[in-house]
Amino acid sequence: MQTHKAKRVEIAIESVMESRLSDALIEAGVTGFTILPVLGGSGRSGRWSREGQVSRAGGMVSVVCIIRPEKLDDLLDAAFSVVDRHIGVVSVLDCEVLRAERF
Amino acid sequence: MDGILALAADNLISPIILFFALGLAAAFARSDLSVPEAVAKGMSLYLLFAIGFKGGASVAAHGLDATLIMSLIAGAILSFVIPFVAFALLRVMTGLSVIDAAAVAGHYGSISIVTFVAASSVITSAGLDSEGYMVAVAAMMEAPAILSALWLIARFGSAGQGGMEPGLIREILLNGSIVLLVGSFLIGWITGQEGLDLIASFIVAPFQGVLCLFLLDMGLVAGRGLREARGVLRPPLFLFGVMMPLIGSMFGLAAGVLLGLSTGGVLLFMTLSASASYIAVPAAMRVALPEANPSIYLTLSLGVTFPFNLTLGIPIYLAIARTVTGG
Repeated sequence: MQTHKAKRVEIAIESVMESRLSDALIEAGVTGFTILPVLGGSGRSGRWSREGQVSRAGGMVSVVCIIRPEKLDDLLDAAFSVVDRHIGVVSVLDCEVLRAERF
Repeated sequence: MDGILALAADNLISPIILFFALGLAAAFARSDLSVPEAVAKGMSLYLLFAIGFKGGASVAAHGLDATLIMSLIAGAILSFVIPFVAFALLRVMTGLSVIDAAAVAGHYGSISIVTFVAASSVITSAGLDSEGYMVAVAAMMEAPAILSALWLIARFGSAGQGGMEPGLIREILLNGSIVLLVGSFLIGWITGQEGLDLIASFIVAPFQGVLCLFLLDMGLVAGRGLREARGVLRPPLFLFGVMMPLIGSMFGLAAGVLLGLSTGGVLLFMTLSASASYIAVPAAMRVALPEANPSIYLTLSLGVTFPFNLTLGIPIYLAIARTVTGG
């Protein structure tokens, strides 16, 4: 089956910044992304878990986008403008998709 | 003094405090006891809905007067002013950085609605009455402290810190808790006693039971937070977490007495001024001041001040309110 090259960008960010990141992505022309809840983890700020968080201040979400390679720079600029001062991890992977016209 | 101790002792063996203590103990013992996130959220919505509606119905029954407007203004002023007192104390007592001190101070100007609900429950148990519109005062006191914290950063912090993020004010004013609390208050006010009678079996009788279960969850959250942040909680910070509510309550006492509120109303004003936010303000601080250390402000407000107010603070405030108002 014919496949097409694409980039998969995953951004783990604090829940409180979710809507700001989504807005920035849409403004940068990224039309499709998926937001997933994060159950817990460990990082520079220590261990944390979604369980027992009394406010959104402590939660994290993961935003996943699959885009054409030529759109990557715009997406990263948009994401960095939001993530810059905040806790977050941005990673980029090469991937392949079946229907290129959808990305 | 004996009266205060007797009240504190009575309060300590009430179901709501004992369930909170159970949650704390379970968290310290590393039990796997947990309240599902959706259940905790549902209970929080229920408590806001019930307390807002009952407050509105009470205003409908007792009528409106100028004291309501004055109480709202006093609440906003206290929420603006208390962070400045807290900031000065923190800088002198604890040596926290400007940014951490301002972030903590913002939490102490704002309020904890669960502490307010617990104080309302104590008022009912003590056979007292309070002004129903104190619910609206609680909503009014949620946000101004955040502006004070950002101003403190802009004034004393490094250049570029403490700016107001676009949309932040809208998010604070329209956060779900405030919308539900104020909305239920207005619906209770519009529908009055008739409306309350219609849903009393849902919001009056089960209230204490739901509050117990909610406080069990709060105990678990506070206990886990304390366990994980032991390194952060130095003695001066702990002392601040106990002293600041007592100082804040005196501002509330002055406001309540000057406004001529009932004993219950004065207690609620003291409790609001003494409590510290752990829901709305931490979220706002993560957006506006990501450099501030969340484990300091969350541990202080949720791990120290919240349990203090719940166990010892409220009985102390009630005894003082009774002495001063003669109620």
